[in-house]
Amino acid sequence: MEGTALLGRLIWRAAEVVELRPETSQTKTITFDVPGWPGHRAGQHVDVRLTAEDGYQAERSYSIASAADGSRIELTVERLEDGEVSPYLADELRAGDVIELRGPVGGYFVWNAHAQGTVLLVAGGSGIAPLMAMARQRAGESSGIPTRLLYSARTWDDVIYRDELAELAARGDGFEPMYTLTRAQPPDWEGYGCRVDTELLGEVAPDPSELAVAFVCGPTPFVEAVANGLVELGNAPSRIKTERFGPTGG
Amino acid sequence: MPISRGFRGRRRDDAPSDRVPPGQYVADDFPVLSAGPTPRNPLDEWDLTVTGEVDGLKRWTWDEFCALPTESVTVDIHCVTKWSKLDSQWEGVSVDTLLDGVDTSAEYAVAFCDGGYTTNLPLEDLTGGKAWIAFAYDGEPLDPEHGGPARLLVPHLYFWKSAKWVRGLRLTPTDEPGFWEQNGYHIYGDPWKEQRYWGD
Repeated sequence: MEGTALLGRLIWRAAEVVELRPETSQTKTITFDVPGWPGHRAGQHVDVRLTAEDGYQAERSYSIASAADGSRIELTVERLEDGEVSPYLADELRAGDVIELRGPVGGYFVWNAHAQGTVLLVAGGSGIAPLMAMARQRAGESSGIPTRLLYSARTWDDVIYRDELAELAARGDGFEPMYTLTRAQPPDWEGYGCRVDTELLGEVAPDPSELAVAFVCGPTPFVEAVANGLVELGNAPSRIKTERFGPTGG
Repeated sequence: MPISRGFRGRRRDDAPSDRVPPGQYVADDFPVLSAGPTPRNPLDEWDLTVTGEVDGLKRWTWDEFCALPTESVTVDIHCVTKWSKLDSQWEGVSVDTLLDGVDTSAEYAVAFCDGGYTTNLPLEDLTGGKAWIAFAYDGEPLDPEHGGPARLLVPHLYFWKSAKWVRGLRLTPTDEPGFWEQNGYHIYGDPWKEQRYWGD
């Protein structure tokens, strides 16, 4: 059983905005200070609650993008044009504002520091967020677990955490990011330029005998394609952990 | 509770508050959530069983299952990830039909599935016209992504209890936490009491 991170009731906590950092044209990372935060494991998420003046409330879930760091947590929010919560978080929130959140939630889609073999991370769009938390936790623990990241984005400018991913790769400790850009590629692009399919996974994924675990996060059709492709390549379904999000509501 | 400065929210006129539990919002599409790959197995290898605290195992092949009396149900469903879907239309076999004639002292059940997923429920939440094994959604055979060929449908609890790719019910004397119930989610999952996580 993996679910040992949650003990007792998850109370709503006041979370103060410390910093807002644009990542791409559609995404922003928000750093919160959450007094009493119990810590978290990479891959877990939080529930966010907003309250209007008349008492109306809206809740949504967001993956935590940061590794455990005292009372600070970071969420990377993609602005969904028709969304109820994400445009507020991305456009309205200012440093010093306080919202409510509770967590951490989830005991399955979480980084395991004792993995044997190679870990595969596959991200579609802003599905990178929980996988970035894993890359950050891995680096913070000076873990040498061989880890490949395949990150699918529309264009190079849509790649979130671009510079930090390059820095993590430059450490030379077995973290290997690879990119596929599905809409447009810069001149001299040396990465991939197609949607993630079984053929691309066959090139990028470790041999099934080497795969410790695969974490896949992105929109539903992306996750379906990746998970099915990994099974087709001979990987055990039990080693493929998925987290899905769609454009619903956001 | 702190007011979120400048937050107005977007209330929906077509989402009466007596149908949308606290913390939920109404979705028009049907999001897919699973912990792993979608299992795909041939129907001639499919069966449905009732096991555990019963005298002898009850088993139906796909053809035998399809020959059971079916019901059409229109229900609201509530996912713990916050979306609710109103008036979703299903066809299925009532769990009462499957348990007809079963003599058991069990008070709980574990639904088990292709792919290894499990979820636990009190038996009384599966009986009395409250639960079905659904094989059609919106007039069409259930998509694999949504749990086809057949999934449990228990609309009065959070939707993770409505196990996709269900292959049977194991009747148990005690409440045995299933997959999400071991991974941080509530043992019972009543959306109206917002029983999302451990301790709620």
